[in-house]
Amino acid sequence: MYDVFIIGCGITGAAAAFHLSRYQLKIAIAERENDVAAGTTKANSAILHAGYDPRPGTLMAKLNLRGAQLARELCAGLDVPYRPCGSLVLAFSPEDQATLRALYDRGRANGVPELALLSGAEARAIEPNLSPQVTAALWAPTAAICSPWEYCLALAETAVANGAELRLETAVTGLEPLPGGWLIHTDRGDLTSRYVLNVAGVSAQAVHQMAAPKTFTIHPSQGQYYLLDKSEGNRVGRVIFQCPGPAGKGVLVAPTVHGNLIAGPNAVPVAGEDLSTTADGLAFVRDTALKSVPSIRFSQSIRNFAGVRAAADTGDFVIGWAAPRFLDLAGICSPGLTAAPAIAEYAAGLLEADGLSLTEKPDFLCRRTRLRFHTLSPAEKAELVAREPAYGRVICRCETVTEGDILAALRGPIPPRSVDGVKRRVGAGMGRCQGGFCGPRVVELLARELDLSPGQIVQERAGSWLLARETKGGASHV
Amino acid sequence: MYELIVIGGGPAGLAAACAAWEHGLRRILVVERDRELGGILNQCIHNGFGLHYFREELTGPEYAGRFIRMLESTGVEVRLDTTVLEITPQRQVHMVGKETGYRVEEARAVILAMGCRERTRGAIALPGTRPAGVFTAGAAQRYVNMEGWLPGRRVVILGSGDIGLIMARRMTLEGARVLACVEVLPYSGGLTRNLVQCLQDYDIPLYLSHTVTDIRGRDRVEQVVVAQVDQDRRPIPGTELVFDCDTLLLSVGLIPENELTRQVGIRIDPRTNGAVVFENMETSLPGVFACGNVAHVHDLVDFVTAESRKAGAAAADHVRDPLRGEGPVVEVAAGAGVSYTVPQRIRPDRAAEGCGLFFRVDRVLGQSRILVRSGDRLLADVSRSRLAPGEMEHITLSPALLAQAGDSITLSVQEVGSQ
Repeated sequence: MYDVFIIGCGITGAAAAFHLSRYQLKIAIAERENDVAAGTTKANSAILHAGYDPRPGTLMAKLNLRGAQLARELCAGLDVPYRPCGSLVLAFSPEDQATLRALYDRGRANGVPELALLSGAEARAIEPNLSPQVTAALWAPTAAICSPWEYCLALAETAVANGAELRLETAVTGLEPLPGGWLIHTDRGDLTSRYVLNVAGVSAQAVHQMAAPKTFTIHPSQGQYYLLDKSEGNRVGRVIFQCPGPAGKGVLVAPTVHGNLIAGPNAVPVAGEDLSTTADGLAFVRDTALKSVPSIRFSQSIRNFAGVRAAADTGDFVIGWAAPRFLDLAGICSPGLTAAPAIAEYAAGLLEADGLSLTEKPDFLCRRTRLRFHTLSPAEKAELVAREPAYGRVICRCETVTEGDILAALRGPIPPRSVDGVKRRVGAGMGRCQGGFCGPRVVELLARELDLSPGQIVQERAGSWLLARETKGGASHV
Repeated sequence: MYELIVIGGGPAGLAAACAAWEHGLRRILVVERDRELGGILNQCIHNGFGLHYFREELTGPEYAGRFIRMLESTGVEVRLDTTVLEITPQRQVHMVGKETGYRVEEARAVILAMGCRERTRGAIALPGTRPAGVFTAGAAQRYVNMEGWLPGRRVVILGSGDIGLIMARRMTLEGARVLACVEVLPYSGGLTRNLVQCLQDYDIPLYLSHTVTDIRGRDRVEQVVVAQVDQDRRPIPGTELVFDCDTLLLSVGLIPENELTRQVGIRIDPRTNGAVVFENMETSLPGVFACGNVAHVHDLVDFVTAESRKAGAAAADHVRDPLRGEGPVVEVAAGAGVSYTVPQRIRPDRAAEGCGLFFRVDRVLGQSRILVRSGDRLLADVSRSRLAPGEMEHITLSPALLAQAGDSITLSVQEVGSQ
């Protein structure tokens, strides 16, 4: 019997697993996909918000602030790409300026430090590519950007290193209360646990209703994005928002920690996990982003994608007991990425208050480092290749990812099971050719290391096969 | 210290290295990131290569093989499985390989011959879901011809460039069903012979003025939606055709791979996406040359070879006489109807035998005149029966013309009967 069973390994589930793994607890995480960070965590704006957006007094406001502080420490300690670049909210009209003032006041009430209202000229002085139409801006220096999937991986890998069990490709199909815990039905057999955490993202309502009557509804809202080549990566140095509207924080333009430029999202209600982009949606993103930064060259697009916000109808995060020993961590839409470690901390407090004993492990690992060939100096590269020649073979040209980087990931605490799993860990295929060159090499390495045929290698989820069959001559003749 | 380092061992690098050897250089290094020489030719197992250069029809590997044998008969050093990470303005080349380790080599001259890459789905912002099964045509070609794997069974191809056409035939021969080749323009971007031999001969329909408007399928492509486009290339509602397929191949253009070039600060022509080059393929950084698809995308490897031999010879000249002065320069501008020219700059005192000028037109034209002007003066007027963007054009500028050119000339095309 587990002490805590976490359903879902997106950023919030991983943060909960990481946080709880410091205590003497038996922890399991069930993730229905073949990798962590497979839902909203891999497809969002990658912003760690300063915290002026949520209404004071909400869980969102409280956990955003605390989460932003924790994220800074965690990203440093776990070697996650992170850049404290700050954010600007732009005003284009007197109405917008009133909104900025309201955001400023809200931010002050929430305890956001160092907020400042700038004139249009002051904003352009720090961000020269902003539109001349910008009349004012709210400057929040504590906003940051990060790599959400690497953040999630770092948390999950460290939790695993600390003894948590990650069960991938394991879907929870039903829940039954037991005396002192829960019987959890999965498509890979039954398990038991004293406590269950529902961190199932877009599916959190369905999981909740396996254990308790309906108390909230998830209204999935889809957002589409452009990711642009590194040649556009310096177009802005900070996160550029427009004034938020009823549908959310609106279309932003931001650098990414990988050196690209991101623009998006729009907001469209969808049924379930509809991840398809549309010509209209992308055109809206383009036009709206150009209003903030007119010089963006969208011809430098390298990828479009869509993510789904798991927003609840309550207007706040849904964090609380749905049933005895069954805790919802649901409705985690923006600022969920920022709040995740604070949500985990808060959840641990609820568990402890309910009687779960939290005794720290003497040997808790709280640090993790990663070797990344492309970040090394020439002398370090030379030394590494001399020691481990696999680092001398560049597999992904665009991002300079080597065979050594990929083999290290394949031998890591949560080995990738797909081409995109490799991409999330080491960046192969993330660049301007989008895996055109390295795809076949990555398939070859995955097949070799997982002892599979290339025909069994998937792009992403089970079912996303890449190769139909051998050619008439066959691969053996190659 | 090498006399010459050639970056890339595809057709451009091979020809450049051979020519440099013939012109007297002896310390030459070719750096190739793949495990063998030949570049993209190795996966182009169809025939049609060499008609101009060898006056016979070869497959890609055969064409590469001839140059590889030529190179083997020289003393040119080759490093395989080695990737260049950086070039400095002092022509230090940082490279890394599994066998060779991390090395910094210096050279008196460098030839950039890195080739090009394919435009991707992201570059054309193709909407829809993001399942597996969307490949660039070249990646699919690598799987089929190099790895021995067929990437799909029912295929739609977007783009009628040569690689797309070749892959329509190749996938068909391997037993896949190619349902359609879709081209957004009202004409194909491929060679006429490929339209006939790769589509018509296999009854594969070509949908001109159509594009893909949606990709469907959660994990693997399940459907592709194709619609007709108007004159502004916007899809026309109501014209949608839905194809049940598991694969979409993209043949939507090639982009010269100039990351090293940009990083060292060499001037790039936004029209070619390659370095701005002089008549001898020298870039804005003295002693650094560019040739083949890294300079501009070619249709025929034969022309890559010719251009690269020129670069190899010029690199040898540079090593012998590195301090040769700049001299007067004629800037070549692309005028009406011309999308780019190569070279973009000509030094008449280095073009004693004249200068070949490659260019592409920006639309299909019938009987046309190719006009070279300097200011108001018409310096040359050449006629062609047909011009198309898919077929690179070529004229020769005589020494006499260059002598009258002043500091700039403009190349334009004019369809006969229109003004």
